[in-house]
Formats: sequence, C-alpha cells, structure tokens
Amino acid sequence: MYSETQILKEASAGDIDGGELVINVGPQHPATHGVLHLVITLQGETIKKIEPHLGYIHRSIEKMCESLSYRQFIYVTSRMDYLSAHINNHACALCVEKGLQVEVPPRAKVIRVLMDELTRIASHELWLGAMAMDLGAFTPFFYAFREREAINEIMEETCGARLTMNYMVPGGVMFDLHPNFQKKVKAFITQFKKKVVEFDDLVTNNIIFQNRMKGIGVLSKEDAISYGCTGPVARASGVHCDIRKIYPYEIYDQLEFDEITESAGDSFARYMVRVREMHQSAKIIEQLIDNIPEGDYQAKTKAVLKLPKGEFYSRVETARGELGVYIVSEGGTTPYRIKFRSPGFSNLSALDHIARGGKIGDLMATMGTLDLVIPDIDR
Amino acid sequence: MTNEDIKQYISGIVPDTVYDETGEWLNANIPPQSWKQLAQALRNSPFSFDYLFCLTCVDWKTHLTMVYHLSSTANRQLTVVVKAKLDRNNPEIDTVSDIWRTAEFHEREVFEMFGVQFKGHPDLRKLILPDDFEGYPMRKDFEDPVNMIRL
Amino acid sequence: MFSLESITNAVQDWLNANFSPMWALIIQCAIVILLAMGLFATLGLVLVLMERKVAAHMQIRLGPNRVGPKGMFQTAADTLKLIMKEGLTPEGADKLLFNLAPFVVMIVSMLLLAPLAFSNGFQLWDLNIGVLFISAVSSVSVIGILMAGWASNNKYSLLGAMRSGAQIVSYELSAGLSIISIVVLAGSLQISDIINSQQDGWWIFKGHIPAIISFVIFIIAVTAETNRAPFDLAEAESELTAGFHTEYSGMKFALFFLAEYINIFIACAIGATLFLGGWMPLHIGHWQAFNHVMDYIPGVVWFFGKTFFLIFVIMWFRWTFPRLRIDQLLNLEWKYLLPISLFNLLLVTLIAIMGWHF
Repeated sequence: MYSETQILKEASAGDIDGGELVINVGPQHPATHGVLHLVITLQGETIKKIEPHLGYIHRSIEKMCESLSYRQFIYVTSRMDYLSAHINNHACALCVEKGLQVEVPPRAKVIRVLMDELTRIASHELWLGAMAMDLGAFTPFFYAFREREAINEIMEETCGARLTMNYMVPGGVMFDLHPNFQKKVKAFITQFKKKVVEFDDLVTNNIIFQNRMKGIGVLSKEDAISYGCTGPVARASGVHCDIRKIYPYEIYDQLEFDEITESAGDSFARYMVRVREMHQSAKIIEQLIDNIPEGDYQAKTKAVLKLPKGEFYSRVETARGELGVYIVSEGGTTPYRIKFRSPGFSNLSALDHIARGGKIGDLMATMGTLDLVIPDIDR
Repeated sequence: MTNEDIKQYISGIVPDTVYDETGEWLNANIPPQSWKQLAQALRNSPFSFDYLFCLTCVDWKTHLTMVYHLSSTANRQLTVVVKAKLDRNNPEIDTVSDIWRTAEFHEREVFEMFGVQFKGHPDLRKLILPDDFEGYPMRKDFEDPVNMIRL
Repeated sequence: MFSLESITNAVQDWLNANFSPMWALIIQCAIVILLAMGLFATLGLVLVLMERKVAAHMQIRLGPNRVGPKGMFQTAADTLKLIMKEGLTPEGADKLLFNLAPFVVMIVSMLLLAPLAFSNGFQLWDLNIGVLFISAVSSVSVIGILMAGWASNNKYSLLGAMRSGAQIVSYELSAGLSIISIVVLAGSLQISDIINSQQDGWWIFKGHIPAIISFVIFIIAVTAETNRAPFDLAEAESELTAGFHTEYSGMKFALFFLAEYINIFIACAIGATLFLGGWMPLHIGHWQAFNHVMDYIPGVVWFFGKTFFLIFVIMWFRWTFPRLRIDQLLNLEWKYLLPISLFNLLLVTLIAIMGWHF
C-alpha cells in the first residue's frame, strides 16, 4: 500500500510524462464497490498497468479467530464475504465438524444446502445489478434487488438477520426452519423463474451490452489455473472447478445439477456463467424444498468444542469461488492458526493480467465480472 | 497414481523429505533450500500439480512453517501439502510466483504478515498493511496495545 | 388560429405609445430577460422532477414523494440545498477558468433560446439564419466543458473533458447534416419559414423515409451532444466518478446540471420544430375540417407537447441502455452515422429537386 504523500503526489495532474497518466481508482470510487484502491497507469484511455492496493477494510480476521473459540469464530467469518455469509459459515462449520468427527443430521444437511443456494442466487442477483450499473445501465439494479429482497425476507424469518446470518453452527444449524419457509421459497422460485427472463430482454440481449462485454478481459484456461482463479471466473475459461461437483460436500452428490462452463473466458462468458448458475441453484432448491427430512436440525455436541491436534482443511463453493478454511489445531479450545483461502483474493490477482491493453471502460466490465467483494479480499 | 507414487517422486528430487500421512493429505516436510527445485519438478511432473490453492505460513514460536497446498486440475484427487521449516529470525525461501502466478499475491501477504523474505519475488512490497507499518502482525508475539483486543 | 401574436403586439403598441423608442426597447429587453430567466428556472425544476419520476417508474419505485404534493417541490428543495452549499475551488485549479466554465455552458444554452418559436408569433428573434445560428452556437458549449475539465486540476475531469470534446465535435456533424436535410426540404434557414412550410403536414410525414432516417440520426446525435446516457461518457459515473464536473460543488455544479437539462430541452425543441412542425398543429394535407379542429388546440400546447415527448424518449434511452465505450462511440459516428447521413442528404436533395415530397 502506498503512503499518503505518495498517493497525493500521484493524484496531482503535474506528472504527465511520456503521455502516461497515473490515476487512482478508489478507495472511494463508484465502480470498485467498496474500498478497493487501484493505481492505474494510463496511456490516453488505454490501460498500461494496474496495481491493486488492499487493506482498507483489513480486520485481520485470521488473527481474531486465534483468540475465539470454535463456536465463536464462525460469526466473524460472516463478515468476510458478506454476500455469501451462509456459505462462509458453512465452510467453517464443515471444518470444525471434520475435526470433531461429528455426523450432521440429514435435516440439517438439506437446510444448509437450501440456504447456500438461496444465498448464491441472492449474491448473483446483486452482482448482476451492480455490474449493469458499472456499464452505465441503472435500471437492472432495481430489478435485481426486487428478487434479492424476497430472499432476504426468507432469511430474516428463519435466521433473524438479512445479511450476516450466522445460522450454521458446528453440528447443524442454529434454529429450525420457520413454518413459512417452504411456502415462501416456493413462491420465490415461481416468481424468480418468471422474472429472470426480464434480464435477458434488458441486459443479455442488448447489443450495446454485448459489445461492451464480448472479447473483453480474456482469461485463458492456463492463466485461470495459474492465477488460482475459481468459481464463475475460472469456469468461464473452461476450468472444471465447481467444488460441489469435484469434492462434493453435504448432499451435493445426490442432487441433479450441472456445472456451468463456458470456453471464451471473456467478460460475457463470466456473465453467462453466473446467469446460468442462478437457474441451476433454482433447480437444486426445487429438488429439495419438498423433501426436507424430518428429524433433528442439530447434532448433539459438547458445550465446549475441542479439536484434536492436527490440521483440517475444508472447502466449499461460494458465489465467488472456492473458499478454503485451513485450521491448525494444538488440541485447545481455540484454533492455533486459521487461514481463509478467499476466492476474491486470487481472482483479483488476475485483474492486472486481463485488463492490460484495454480501455478504461473495459476495466469496469472486467472488474464487474470478476465480482470482487472487498472484505473477502482483505479479510 | 497414489500417495506412494508421489512420495517416490518427491524423494527422487529431495531425498531428505520427511512424510506425514496422519492428516487428510500427504504432507511432505522439506528443507527450504530445495523448495524451488521441487516446485519446478512437481509442476512439470506426470502428476502436473498446476493448482496452488493455498499458500500460508504458521508461526510455531520456535520456527515458521511455510505450507503449500498443491493440487492438479487434471486429477482433482491428487493433493500434496508441502511444508518447509524456516528460521524465525531470518526466514527466507525462494519464490514460486513464476511457477504459480497466484503465489505472487499470497507471498506478498505472507511477507507482510510473517516477515518471510521470498527470494526472487518480482514485487515484494506490502500489499495490505500501510507502508510504514512495523512488525509482523500474524506472528504469535506481535503486540499492539492500541488496536489489539485481548479476549 | 389561436395566436399569441396579438398579446405581443398589444404590449409593443402600448410601450411605443407611452415611451420613447429607446426606452420601449429597453423595457422590451427587460421583459424578455425576465421571461427567459423564468423559463430557465421553471424548466430546470420541471425537467429534473420529470427525470426522477420517469426513472422511478421505469425502475419499479416511486421516486420523490415527500416534499409537497407527490414530491413536486423536491427539486426546489434540492436547489435550495445547492444554493446553501459552499462552492469549493480546488487547490491548484485555474481559478478564472474554473469559475467561468459553468457560466460559459449556461450562456450558450441561454443563447439557443433566441430563435425558438414557442407559439405562433411568440419568438424572441426570428433571424433569417436561425438554423445556422443554432448549429453554430450549440458547438460553443464544448469550450465550457473543456475549460471545466482542464481547469479542475483533476485527471478524471481532464479525461472526461477530452472525451466530451471528441464526442461533441464528432456528433455535431451528424446533427448538422440531419438538420440540413430539413433545410433542403423547406428551402429556408429561418425558423418561422420552416414551421410555415409544415402547414400541410409535418416534415417527418411529408419527407418520406429519408426524413425519418434524418429524424432518428438527429435524436441519436443530440443525445450524444447533450452527454446523455447511453453516450454520457464525459461524466461516466462508474469510470470517471463524475467526469468534467467532478470538482464542482454547490451552485456551480447546479449550473452544469441545469445547463444539461436546458440543453436537452433545446435539442428536443429543435427536433420538434424541424421534424414535427413546432407549434404547428397536426395538419393532414387538405383535410380542411380535420385541420380546423386541430387548430383549436393552441400552438403552445403543441410545441411543449412535442418537445416533452421527445424529452421523454431521451430519458427512456437513459434508463434502458448501458453506456458505450469511447471507441465504440466514435466508431458509431464516423463509420455508421456520418456515411448514412451523407447518403441520406443526397436522397433528400433528390426528393426536394424532383418535388417528390407531399
């Protein structure tokens, strides 16, 4: 990260040498969706170099977790990737369960998967609106938020919160489902299927939109693997990396859904992967919503959890990619070292590579389709 | 291709590797000097470990341990964890950012959080912390009376 | 036909009867200035509110609805807020140019009001080169924008101003050519002549398909010229934060904002005048009875109706389309619109010479 004086120096207009212009995009900028700071070297409108400076929302969650017990630290992780808070909690719960050798009751498993997929739809909806806004179309944002609102309401009823739910605990979920849950989810899915075509009319088939997205920010398959890209970003480049398929957790191996991949690797492919993923998530929810098994929603666990000495790694597919949780335990009640392998951090590292040579307008299309959530990157 | 094959392959390159198979995956403890050579070999090996999905460091109070989680996109079930023990006072290891590009950012993070020097890293600067930050916050003995809350 | 000419004539006669010619002229000027300012203020308030309401209805929300009945005084409240705000001048900015720029932009849009005919006989200055005057003066506004961008000492502003310069200069050509096609059909540069030539039907109907092509190109070009989405690259919010007016605050920002809306009004008014007959009611050929019925609707209503319809169309664009990229924007102009409008001009000329129009 640059020191303050350096930023000021770069921001002043006095250093236009050799036609190169250094501008600071962020930390406060409409397109970065948070406090991301990019120092961009421009030649006219063409991007020569992008240097991300992180840390504006760094809270050192990893260090914080070292002094929190295994029940407590899960709540902190909701604040990493706040758009898929459920899935973050899920990854941590899985890791602790792996250490404790706890079997999660079938009802809890189904509830977890349902919540994950609802979160995924909500996250992709928000991304869709925000990305369209990056490209200058304001209206899709409101249409996307209408659908997201329905999910938030469902979450609020069952979990008591709309954004940072903290619903998954080691051994299952915290509460049972709200009696309205099934009815509301079914209503949402019907509504969602009817309304999602609006985006095709408004955004996907728009010629300006396609021209802005196609062939922009191309990430080859090799680069995607080398940069450690995961999630929709890598799948748009043809990498099979859906954790739900390759390392199935919970009951994903019994469900019928497709791993969406595209081959182009450009912004439009990333866009299409996410849009089609929403349909797959809806398909998963439809399969499960009528088949929630009866029984316990939480396994019996001890009041104070102690993980045996050793190392535990679990991973899940969040809306942005592969989230890994690496716990080193010394046998105590708190983790000795915890590491979150966040998908956004790796995806961001590819930004410089794929946005170079593009126009400044392309950067917004590229950055938008990388779907960066800054607290997820900074942790 | 099983863990035995990987063990055999690694031992062929770094003979004094110590293995640990108690965990989920095969752990290979290697001396830090031979990491670059091993990384290069693993990347180009028949196992083709092309996916470095986690790179981190653990402070054991007496020494630091670099932990590299490697996997292959061709065969997702192949996973190996390579660990290298570093001297806590002068931690140094070769960079692998030229082999796996993702290491570039992860190594910068480890550099500022643990103070590990990555030899040959193209741009080893602080990524998350401010430039004038002193100390390595993720080390166990780091104390910050202002910003740290003891629980 | 209902006309405002009698009112204006009565005022003039009264002034001439009671004052010396010199004083009569001065008082007339004062009245005109007052009317122009009043129109400006009202238009600003109405258009901003309209934009917000149109946007809200397209975005399934309500829009402003708290201040006054149905939120009608929202823009007034916003203006009050902007007047109260401190007008900051950034350090290192060229103070003279920085403070001058909003006024240049404003003056240009004020000048453009002169040749507009609001109703039958209600026109400030019916000069014989009205259309040329409009094309010439409207291109001066780019100087104001360049001044603002350059003087701000901000790279975003500079980029925005350069984009704006490239954009306005390019799209001026298409706008000019599509205006010329109507001039060719009407055979005059005078606004009143052009309106009178549409007595038996508006040019968009009389001029066959070439007139429609001209109209479409004109609408695209003026959208670009007024820096409206999808051509709002000069202020491209997500790219350049606010483009050329990033550093402006308070009333100076409000002037830019107001000028943008006045420019939209003027562009649409010109479009309505040239293609849709201005204040001329909807007349169809020699259907005397029909034409007579239409004449009962006053010219002012026709003029503002048509203008606001076009403004609505332009707002509709803004809330539907994503923004273009700078190279796509210039490609659209130089590779598509300009050749098409050149060819179209030839067609129109042919029609005019052969007398094929109605």
